[in-house]
Amino acid sequence: MLKVLIIRVLVLVGLLSAPYSFAALTIEITDGVEGALPIAVVPFDTGGTKNPLSYKIGAIIAADLARSGRFDPMPEKDLIARPHDGGSVRFGDWRLVNQESLVVGRVKQLGASRYEVLVQLFDVFKGEQLAGHRFAFNSDDVRAIAHHISDIIYEQLTGQPGSFSTRIAYVTALKTAAGKKQYNLNFSDADGFNERTILESPKPLMSPSWSPDGEQLVYVSFEASRPQIFVQQVATGQRQRLTDFKGLNNAPSWSPDGKLLAMTLSKSGNPEIYLYELATRKLTQVTNHAAIDTEPSWSPKGDQLVFTSDRGGKAQLYTINLRGKVVAGRPKRLTFEGDYNARGIFSPDGKMVAMVNGERGIFRIAVLELRTGALQVLTDSRLDESPSFAPNGSMIIYATDSNNRGVLSAVSVDGRVHRRFELQQGDVREPAWSPAKRTR
Amino acid sequence: MKFHQGLLIALLPIALAGCETLGGGEENNASVVDRNEGGTPSQGVGADGGASARGAEGGSTFQGHPLDNPDALLSRRIVYFDYDSYSIREGDRAVIQAHAEYMAANGQASIVLEGHSDERGSREYNIALGEKRAKSVYQLLSFQGSTGGQMTTVSYGEEQPAEIGHSEQSWQENRRVEIVYKTR
Repeated sequence: MLKVLIIRVLVLVGLLSAPYSFAALTIEITDGVEGALPIAVVPFDTGGTKNPLSYKIGAIIAADLARSGRFDPMPEKDLIARPHDGGSVRFGDWRLVNQESLVVGRVKQLGASRYEVLVQLFDVFKGEQLAGHRFAFNSDDVRAIAHHISDIIYEQLTGQPGSFSTRIAYVTALKTAAGKKQYNLNFSDADGFNERTILESPKPLMSPSWSPDGEQLVYVSFEASRPQIFVQQVATGQRQRLTDFKGLNNAPSWSPDGKLLAMTLSKSGNPEIYLYELATRKLTQVTNHAAIDTEPSWSPKGDQLVFTSDRGGKAQLYTINLRGKVVAGRPKRLTFEGDYNARGIFSPDGKMVAMVNGERGIFRIAVLELRTGALQVLTDSRLDESPSFAPNGSMIIYATDSNNRGVLSAVSVDGRVHRRFELQQGDVREPAWSPAKRTR
Repeated sequence: MKFHQGLLIALLPIALAGCETLGGGEENNASVVDRNEGGTPSQGVGADGGASARGAEGGSTFQGHPLDNPDALLSRRIVYFDYDSYSIREGDRAVIQAHAEYMAANGQASIVLEGHSDERGSREYNIALGEKRAKSVYQLLSFQGSTGGQMTTVSYGEEQPAEIGHSEQSWQENRRVEIVYKTR
């Protein structure tokens, strides 16, 4: 009688070190190249021999920069010259074709699978080098090193750190050949490559949230036919069940210092927000109201939670102040525009809150500027949900519907740049953008 | 350079590990809700409390188990809700009352109340909404005589729609609480 559900935790092993780098998610810029900075990225020299690396570094960098919406890389076929170092660059020629910046580089093989890349970034108008770097790397890490160079170029030219060396976690829902539902928890690089599945389940998976160090994911699994909160190491696949209270065990959100999880439990009989201390497993109740209180999310300083409540009759966002894990004061209503506002998240600089904004049955992603109270709707679809900020605050990734399929889209915080992440099959939902990699 | 070396270490695929750290208790939980069992009335009327239940159906000429009588209120196992609401509609009170009376008369009977929502809005809010809907039915059942030990609630939010579709018609089908009998 007992049906055993098979939950597979997939292991990220050496098996994957062969180029397991296909883009399961393909990313398309759908709008917003206008006003982007013209930049020429010359294919890197590989010493006259055939490039033994699986990927071309220059092409990855150009694609990264294009995807950000801030840059308009010159198509490779239009390049007027193919210099590989500063000495052979004729800046006047690049000025004539209206390029503002130029990236050149060389790749050298050092050993069996060991390589070195030299890269230079130039300001075309001044004829000056802005950055020059040399990195040694293993062939398996060719995409990682390219993303790292993209981050350097982006920061040099925009003054903001890049978000190229990050990952995106998401949930997919598919029908198996046998007609059964299958839910996967995956993550990929921010460009959709290197997709890895870390959990498969026949029951829904929800609400992945990254630890601040980017090494763990906390999520909700219905594998026991009821919601429970789990935490899993992304590198090893090792996981642990954290909560199994009666009722809801939902909406986990990691505190910026990594010590607490905010979450929704209904063990009291009603959905309330709690803080869960990871070291001690101790709970602190944050809200206490007969209405729904859920979807807690932390301010970057950890001194405030934004959450969704229908205590005013309809779903709206509220904030509550915290001093450590002590509640300080009463909830304050944050949103007043629109008949539905939910799933609030703070921007990484703490100056904005993004949310799902509903107006007459249309659900879109909006941002509220906290200083002025100005609300800006960023999208024009109908069923948007689950916004998540890039760690540099430039883009918001969210889930939406396209031709009856769940897809991910991203929009710049000014609403100017739109791009879409398409999955080859099934629905993709609940994106969570990882924190930036720590500098060590 | 320092940064970069750290990056490489972080990206090296890490061998091994990865098995579940959970014990066997996990599997036992797996069948707590078997949707197929609850969704379709089973044919065999076993040694459960059919006799004592007949009273709830008063006057019916139906010969089988009262939960299987297609003409009785007990055959209705789904309660529907308005958008973003967890108030029980006036028209559904009689259905809930019939189940409460059956449960009161059959102490061994147990149910799971599964709360669901339509797809609109935020997933986690919808889970909470499903929970509130299930709790609304739970409360009305207990006012009318079912005991807490006979009932559990679970919310699936928008994760398990009854109907796929983006129209008000599908959404209405999905804003629901399913009354799933585990034992009769």
